Amino acid sequence: MSLLIRNGRVVDPANSVDAVQDVLIDSDRIQRIGRDVAAPPDATVLDATGKVVCPGFIDIHVHLREPGLEYKETVATGTRAAAAGGFTAVACMANTQPVNDNRSITDYILAKAATEGIVRVYPIGAVTRGLGGKELAELAELAEAGCVAFSDDGRCVMNAALYRRAMEYTLPFGAPLISHAEDHDLSHDTAMNEGVVSTELGIPGAPAAAEDVMVARDILLAELTGAHVHIAHVSTAGAVRLVRDAKARGVRVTAEVTPHHLLLTEEAVRGFDSNTKMNPPLRTKRDAEVLLEALIDGTIDCIATDHAPHAASEKEGEYDLAAFGIVGLETAVGLLLDRLVRTGALPLATLVARLSRDPARLLGLPGGSLAAGAPADVTILDLEAPWTVDPARFQSKSRNSPFGGWAITGRPWRTIVGGRIVWQ
Amino acid sequence: MGWTRKDLVTMRELDAAEIVLLVDTAASLQEIAGREIKKVPALRGKTIVNLFYENSTRTRTSFEIAGKWLSADVINFSASGSSAAKGESFIDTAKNIAAMSPDVVVVRHSSAGAASILARELSCGVVNAGDGAHEHPTQALLDLLTIREHKGHFEGLSVAIVGDIAHSRVARSNIHAMRKLGMTVTVAGPPTLIPPFVQELGVKVSYRLEDAIRDVDVVMMLRLQQERMTAGLIPSIREYSRYWGLTLDKLRAHARPDVLIMHPGPVNRGVELSPEVADGPFSVILDQVAKGVAVRMGVLFLLAGAKGGGGA
Repeated sequence: MSLLIRNGRVVDPANSVDAVQDVLIDSDRIQRIGRDVAAPPDATVLDATGKVVCPGFIDIHVHLREPGLEYKETVATGTRAAAAGGFTAVACMANTQPVNDNRSITDYILAKAATEGIVRVYPIGAVTRGLGGKELAELAELAEAGCVAFSDDGRCVMNAALYRRAMEYTLPFGAPLISHAEDHDLSHDTAMNEGVVSTELGIPGAPAAAEDVMVARDILLAELTGAHVHIAHVSTAGAVRLVRDAKARGVRVTAEVTPHHLLLTEEAVRGFDSNTKMNPPLRTKRDAEVLLEALIDGTIDCIATDHAPHAASEKEGEYDLAAFGIVGLETAVGLLLDRLVRTGALPLATLVARLSRDPARLLGLPGGSLAAGAPADVTILDLEAPWTVDPARFQSKSRNSPFGGWAITGRPWRTIVGGRIVWQ
Repeated sequence: MGWTRKDLVTMRELDAAEIVLLVDTAASLQEIAGREIKKVPALRGKTIVNLFYENSTRTRTSFEIAGKWLSADVINFSASGSSAAKGESFIDTAKNIAAMSPDVVVVRHSSAGAASILARELSCGVVNAGDGAHEHPTQALLDLLTIREHKGHFEGLSVAIVGDIAHSRVARSNIHAMRKLGMTVTVAGPPTLIPPFVQELGVKVSYRLEDAIRDVDVVMMLRLQQERMTAGLIPSIREYSRYWGLTLDKLRAHARPDVLIMHPGPVNRGVELSPEVADGPFSVILDQVAKGVAVRMGVLFLLAGAKGGGGA
């Protein structure tokens, strides 16, 4: 069985391609890419004239909530949200119930993904047992079971000595630690960024330093141990500076940024809409500008959504009591195309690289490239399609998005995983 | 001009004319307190629900008296011993109360933004009786009425607000209102109790009580909550009181002879105010409480009367 994607503009930064080409998929691999590729007799032909053909997008920071929190999201609904949003692979965080801190949970997630998932699912194991921050999870066995990274995301491992040992212990596995960088003492009981808006609203704010302090610590520990540390959801100008300096010194540090930290600021909190509440919080305009610069110059390696589904009852009502986090899989690509690429702030090829090639490299995942022999994971974009974000129509089980009602031009058109069209 | 808003949620969103209208309306209703029969029929047939998620004696009582003097039916709903204590969410409780068709809901809540959320959810009028550290507009209004009665005007007056600015909704509402009315505001306290970037609200900051109270027309002392000590914001109540407690000696040495001393209550005697200041000649604290009823009558009257149909 083969699929010929004909006449699309192929943007494949891993191979420095940006040209109208045909892409021939044979079974689950890219077979050929070039002009006027003849369709084999059994091939399905997909006319992609006017569309943009990219390596499948990979979101390395997603909460699929299964097992245990299926009322928020499941592997089935979360991977459908991913496919609808143009993602062919997701890495899912360990803060399920029970926590993914042992092989049986990893096996369970992978079994669910194999039977119910429609995009590739890469589990991330916990660093510490039960995310408790006290003792190491069984990291070697988690790696063997298929965990591609380790993270206590949602919490920071506050004990520096333990985190250092986690870095050392995981060195042989080639799987990075993903740091949720937050000093919980500095951010205790806060619900937004500390600044002029928090002062006005009377909402306790977390200073940027609560993030920066831990980014600095984790960089120093990575330097000490030689481990690869990946900083999740960088949100401050200070963290960007620290990462940039560390990279210049040769420290093995990488970083991601979310669409919401690029596109929204603390000003959005003024209406007390709890869909503006996430962790780290929305920061200042200056922070957002620095994040975009860093994304363009490569200081920030990739875009990740931190897709964090919550039930409506957990997000309505009092701002300080509402759950942290927003869904992002189904809005990320459209928002970035419209608000950053269309405005000229971000080159299309850079966006594609930060969504495909770079996250794949960072976690050592297959994909991120349309070279012959690569997995046939393809995201095709329609840059001209107008649409309006309507959370009621999300594939995700949850609706907690601050982008409802946003008018957008550009969206994923087809999502292809292993040669199969999983979303159109 | 008339009142056009459905709700009174923040002072920040009001303009100077609206603030003056609220103060004037309250001033005109003050005389009711002196009548033998303290009842006017202005809100007869109207229903006011006091929805209090936080303990409050004076504010709730003040709203209740205000509603009753205007002949409204006043229902008190406090979170303890109610459906909220049984785990019903804030929004569910609010929607259930709204289903009983009140004309005005007065809400007090420990979460900043609670009144804004309620105003968005409910079609009836909503009065913010204090939401977390956000705003407490009727307190600011009664402070303003008190100030105007004693000073005769607003424009050009200077005010020092002293103490725990960071956690004070009273400070925030007063800062917004006073700035709009052309008053100069200085906030003062130890730096740990001054919120970041507060200067951007148009106020000056002082870290020394003696400097803050010099040459101002009004000194507004805020209550210090005991829990600020355990949160590491101040070393001890004793030390706070020594440097930030207002005594008669400090007043005589540094303040003007016609200064007004105000406090939103309840007063920690011997902490932020020495007893001889709280009860002394400069103090207008009980005057504030009395004006509170007039202010709440005015607010309820404007909100319940501003609605289409006028209760016909």
